This record gives sequence, structure tokens and C-alpha cells, in this order.
Amino acid sequence: MTKVIEAPPSLDDTSFEQIFEALAPLPPDEKILIDARHTRWASPYGLTALLTVAQTRLQRPALTVPEREETASYWSRAHFFRYAEDLYELSGRVPRARGSDDNSVLLEVTPITKTEDVHEVVDRIQTKAQSMLTGTLHLEPSASMRFTMALSEVCQNVIEHAGRGGWVAVQTYQYKKRLQGRRVVVIAVSDSGIGFRQSLESAHGPRATDRWDDGMALEESVMRGVSRFRDTGRGQGLAGVRKFINKWDGKFSVRSGTAQIAIVPEWIGGDPMTEGMPFFPGAQLQITLPERVP
Amino acid sequence: MIDRIDISRVLRTDVCDLYSNLVTRPTGAMVRIGIEHRLDEIGDRALVILDFSDVGLLDFSCADEIVAKLLLQYVSLDIPRREVYFLFYGMSESHMDAIETVLERHGLALVTQRAEGGPFLMGIIDGDQRRIWETIRDLGSAEPRAVATAAGLAPERVERALDDLWRRRLVIRENNAYVSMSDPRVPPPASGPAVPTTHS
Repeated sequence: MTKVIEAPPSLDDTSFEQIFEALAPLPPDEKILIDARHTRWASPYGLTALLTVAQTRLQRPALTVPEREETASYWSRAHFFRYAEDLYELSGRVPRARGSDDNSVLLEVTPITKTEDVHEVVDRIQTKAQSMLTGTLHLEPSASMRFTMALSEVCQNVIEHAGRGGWVAVQTYQYKKRLQGRRVVVIAVSDSGIGFRQSLESAHGPRATDRWDDGMALEESVMRGVSRFRDTGRGQGLAGVRKFINKWDGKFSVRSGTAQIAIVPEWIGGDPMTEGMPFFPGAQLQITLPERVP
Repeated sequence: MIDRIDISRVLRTDVCDLYSNLVTRPTGAMVRIGIEHRLDEIGDRALVILDFSDVGLLDFSCADEIVAKLLLQYVSLDIPRREVYFLFYGMSESHMDAIETVLERHGLALVTQRAEGGPFLMGIIDGDQRRIWETIRDLGSAEPRAVATAAGLAPERVERALDDLWRRRLVIRENNAYVSMSDPRVPPPASGPAVPTTHS
């Protein structure tokens, strides 16, 4: 019996919770089909999380390709199908990935499994990010270096803490509902590894408190810079990302297990901590930087 | 003796000739080991200029591996490995961001200098020590009593602070005097205090 999960028309960090919710009660060996035929748009979070979902299944899942030509073509250009072909049984028409002048994809979906991958990601994004952040988003030139630093740190987080590889993608797009239609640049990183709680437990064991859960593990790691490594220099990466996000009025969210912690700027609103979410393995990070009004 | 270590060259020769950015912890650790090998070849007492001019990006993890761990080994209030003074040269604003964060985390400080302008301090240092360090920088070289007079502080206080600054390798001790460090290739600023070139 195959469980069919319908993907929402707009697939981002908020709407993806519908997929997590549908997945949570299923045993990992149950066959699933994600029906994305009516999906019209996906953020980098949506694309990286879709690949991550497949990695959590014991039986190769199925995915129906978006029917809308423009959407499927965009997913191809973002290299989503390049990896989805191995992870999913795809049905529907997969457009061939063609080179394009599409400047909205700053970094195509890219696997992160080893240190060299981080170097490659940083090298690839530098030039493109520089012109996008300063030219289109009107950020100061110095912000582009810091943006790349943040990208490097969130990618390393996968290698050091997930226990298995993950995915990264960077895209820029226009916000329709908020920010009076301003553009944003979004980094999404997703893995299906051990997650923040288990990572901390691997070194320190479970905390002797009733409240030791995914939420507290996120607070310790993201807000207090606690790491599973005993070296006092560890845990600075995410602290540095937080500093950068605060300065540029961005949003930073980390979901792991059943909780999500976020640095939430006024323009977007939302809760800094959400608990009791449907369980999903690993960690899903997202950084959103808004355009500055010149 | 003054030695110069080009950090981007260490990256290319000791890690990978295709890399131009100092990112990831393993890369930082390999660069630090490369620097340590070069330090092993110089004498027990030296001023080493660590040149970051050609480094692209430096992330927090790499800053921790290279800068903090190097300082923790060579600069300590206990017994440092050798009398090595580091001057961090040619750092960009974003390099400084990453380095400032790791210095704060470890309670460290360092002396840095850009292609233009005199040396300055970064990191964790108390107000008195900073004032005394700046006095030495402006004087170039001086005995504690002269520093006390110039800074308008009690001589005993200045002596103690200078000893701490020397132990942290933020000033050079030469007989009874303390000496500021700067890159001899950098001309002194057109206005403001003269920054002398010093040799240990």
C-alpha cells in the first residue's frame, strides 16, 4: 500500500510542515508517493527538504513532477532532478536542465558531504552573491563576504554534526505578501542526520532536567554556542551567523526533531521557539535576508 | 629577527593549490600546522608577520583554528613555547569580524596592522592595558617610568601592565625597555603618532 502525500502548491518552510505532518506517523519502510503535480513554486527549503525526505525512507519513494512547465523547468535549472532521479521514482515529464541566464538561482541544489564541498560552494557563490547582494538587494559590499561566511558555517554544520551528508541551495526571489514586494535571498540547508539533540547527547549525555528535549538542545546550540566537541573554540559558527543575521535584519531558523528555533525580525513576525512539531530527523536551516530600501 | 608568513601561500602549498578561501575547520588546522612548521625553522625569539593580504574569505571555524589556537600555544600568561611575537597584517573587515569573535570567545588579544596606518589592538584587553599599549605604540620604545609619565599613571601599575602585555606578546621586551611592533614595510601615518619600526 502506498501512502500518497500531496505537496502544497507553494512549497516553502511553512507549508512543508504539511508534508512532515503526513510523514510523522508512517513507519520508515512504508512506501510513499509525494504528489507535486499541482505544486507551482518551491523555495530552496522546499527543494532541499524534498531530497532529505527521500533519504529518510527505507523504501524508495515516488514523486510526481510538477505539471506546470515553468515550475518543472525551474526545478531542473536548480539541479533538483539531478539528485531526485537517484532518490525517487519520478513520474511525469522531467525537463532537460539547460544553461540559462536565470540569476535567481545563486547556488543550485548541491550535496554537502565533505569539507571539499564547502570550498566548492564558497568558490561558486562568491562572484554571483557579490553582484546580487550589492546590485539587487542593495546591501553593502562587506555584507557579501559575511553572507558567504554564514553559508560556509551552515554547510559545515552538516558535516560536523549530522553524521551524514545534506543539501544546500541559495535562491533569490520576490516576497509577495510581505516587505512590500521587496526581494530576499534565501539559503536553505537540510540533512536527515542525527539532529541537534542527539549530537549534544553524544558528548554530554542527556541533560539531567525534565525539559531536555529538541527545543532545549536547539537553545543550547544555536543561542548559547554549546557544541558536542569539548574544545572551547567550537560552537562559534552559528553564533557568528546569528550576529550577521541580526545586523542585516534577516531571519534565521533551525528546525530539528520536533522543535524550531528562530531569530525573527519584525517584518516577518512569528515565534522564536515552536515545539511539539511533527518529528522529522536531522536539521533544516534557513537564512533569509531582505532587500534594503536604498 | 623579523619573518613574514604569507597565509594564502601556506593555504596553497600545504592544503590545496586551488583554494583561495580559508573556510572549514580541517583547512584551518592544516594551515596552522603549516605555520607551525615554518615557525619551527626560525629562532626562539622572533617577530612574525602573518600576512592575510591575499586571503579571500576567512570563516569563524578557520579563524578559530588558525588565529586562536596559534595564539593559545604561543601567547600565554604561563609558559609560552617560545618568545614569538605575532603581527597580523593585511586583514580585511570581514577577516576582522571572524577574528574578533574568536578572540572574545577565548579572551585573547592580538596586534594587527593594515597596509596603511599604524598597528592597533584587537580582542580582549582592559582599559588600562590598552592605554599603556597605545602609549608604547606612540613612543615606539620606552622604559616603564617614561611610559608612566606619558600615560599619567602610577609607575608600579604601568610596570605590572607592561609585564602582562609582554607575557601576552603584545609588546616586545628588550632589556629594560618595551618596544612596540609594526610592519617595517608600512610607512608611518602622515598625521598622528609616528609608528617606529622595531626589531627584536
